[in-house]
Amino acid sequence: MDAITLAINTESIRKDFPILRRTINGKQLVYLDSAATSQKPRQVIDAIKSHYENSNANVHRGVHTLSQEATETYEAAHEKCAQFINAGFDEIIFTKNATESINLVAYSLSHSLKKGDEILSTEMEHHSNLVPWQQIALAKGAKIKFAKATEEGLDLEDVKKKITKKTRIVAVTHASNVLGTINPVKEIGELAHSKGAVMLVDGAQSVPHMPVDVKEIGCDFMAFSAHKMLGPDGLGILFGKSELLKNMPPFLFGGDMIREVKLDTTRFNSLPWKFEAGTPNVAGAAGFSAAIDYLASVGMDNIREHEKQLTAYCMKRLGSETDVKIYGPRKRTGLVSFNLGKIHAHDTAALLDQEGIEVRAGHHCAMPLAEKLGITASVRASFYLYNKKQEIDLLASALEKARSVFK
Amino acid sequence: MSNLYQEHILDHYSSPRNRRAMTEHDIYERDTNPLCGDEIAIYAKTKSGTITEASFLARGCAISQAAASMLTETVTGMTHKEIKLMGVKEMTDILQLEVGAARIKCAMLSIRTLQSGITRYEEKNGASAS
Repeated sequence: MDAITLAINTESIRKDFPILRRTINGKQLVYLDSAATSQKPRQVIDAIKSHYENSNANVHRGVHTLSQEATETYEAAHEKCAQFINAGFDEIIFTKNATESINLVAYSLSHSLKKGDEILSTEMEHHSNLVPWQQIALAKGAKIKFAKATEEGLDLEDVKKKITKKTRIVAVTHASNVLGTINPVKEIGELAHSKGAVMLVDGAQSVPHMPVDVKEIGCDFMAFSAHKMLGPDGLGILFGKSELLKNMPPFLFGGDMIREVKLDTTRFNSLPWKFEAGTPNVAGAAGFSAAIDYLASVGMDNIREHEKQLTAYCMKRLGSETDVKIYGPRKRTGLVSFNLGKIHAHDTAALLDQEGIEVRAGHHCAMPLAEKLGITASVRASFYLYNKKQEIDLLASALEKARSVFK
Repeated sequence: MSNLYQEHILDHYSSPRNRRAMTEHDIYERDTNPLCGDEIAIYAKTKSGTITEASFLARGCAISQAAASMLTETVTGMTHKEIKLMGVKEMTDILQLEVGAARIKCAMLSIRTLQSGITRYEEKNGASAS
């Protein structure tokens, strides 16, 4: 029945993910930590392997066949990524991870930041979209403000109040990695633009899980990472509007980001290479292309629908237990953060691990939000296209075992 | 991962020893676990370089709570020098547990905090006065 009601054919998808066949502590692996990192399909692993076995060379540096093939692979990944989020080729910069993407923007914009300028972020940010802004504000004497967040979501009235003529940058997450809240980034972007500020969206938890169109949202920058969307580690993505990127100073200096170097001066390369110093992650780009192909073949609308169904089922299943406290709103991305009675999240997660169930426990790199919720830690189960309803049933029965240890 | 939740761990977790604030103390140190933001405060009295009494207050998981409870029992009567030499092996011996890479921070939080407290005390009072 589940296979019919779910939006995608999970059973056939699961066959593409070699890791899902393994056991943990003698139990079949139930991977519920895709919000931390996703598992990788055979197609992605093969693309990386094939690059190293057949086409490995440095990019943009040689006229030989291998270098040309590597360059084509690398640039094709930019093109594919651009199409995936409806951006231009020169608007896609590859970095190390989403954190580096945000740091790139923060560092580059900080040069034009003056004392008294304001940055607006929110109380629900991952540390990666909070600490860079906090630190450049400290360095430049700018003021950082945080829009209020509740379990139900962002307080839009507070956002309106806190965006002023002095606001230069608005940095907001598209989807909370703790609560699953989906923020109205389009509206927030319009507010930011009406006051002359630029808007960065942290898309780490949205781009892998739902259709995202940067033109439709209208944001100036968006950061996300390949490893959360079936791709390899070590590859982050920054989308930036080309008219802004053109005038921004580079973040890192060195090879590949230059057009012409003299001992006393350098002319920088064109976009996007101006922001990609040094030898890039070519094999990662090969894997990322395969990941985008995989997601596109399943369809982002279908993935979103599938996760909606799983999440609703999980909230119903866990929510019916009186000792389970679930955090966050009803409408959300594919994750459920909760605590089981008075049992510490680490203990719950360790006991679930003994049953083969892998969930995240902790503050999820959002300490200010945890403090706001009045907790130090929570357990987070997060879903992706390869998860199935039966795995949520297994989660629910494993919680029963955790209760019995701490009874 | 081996079973972390053995009887002695659960016993120290549900009935922690020396879990109290110490109003008169020589050593007081507070720290947090970067993994989860859990907090611990360690109190101790010391005489001639030997811990004579130790207690703690903490908010955290069963492993970190049990570790703190068992640590306060163990270190009473030990010298600063001995305590400062304690590492992962000594702490896992006390816990009688194999703790994996992920949870070792929970197991080590109390001993690391006490060691910082002793160092701070000695910097202030001189190692000879300790």
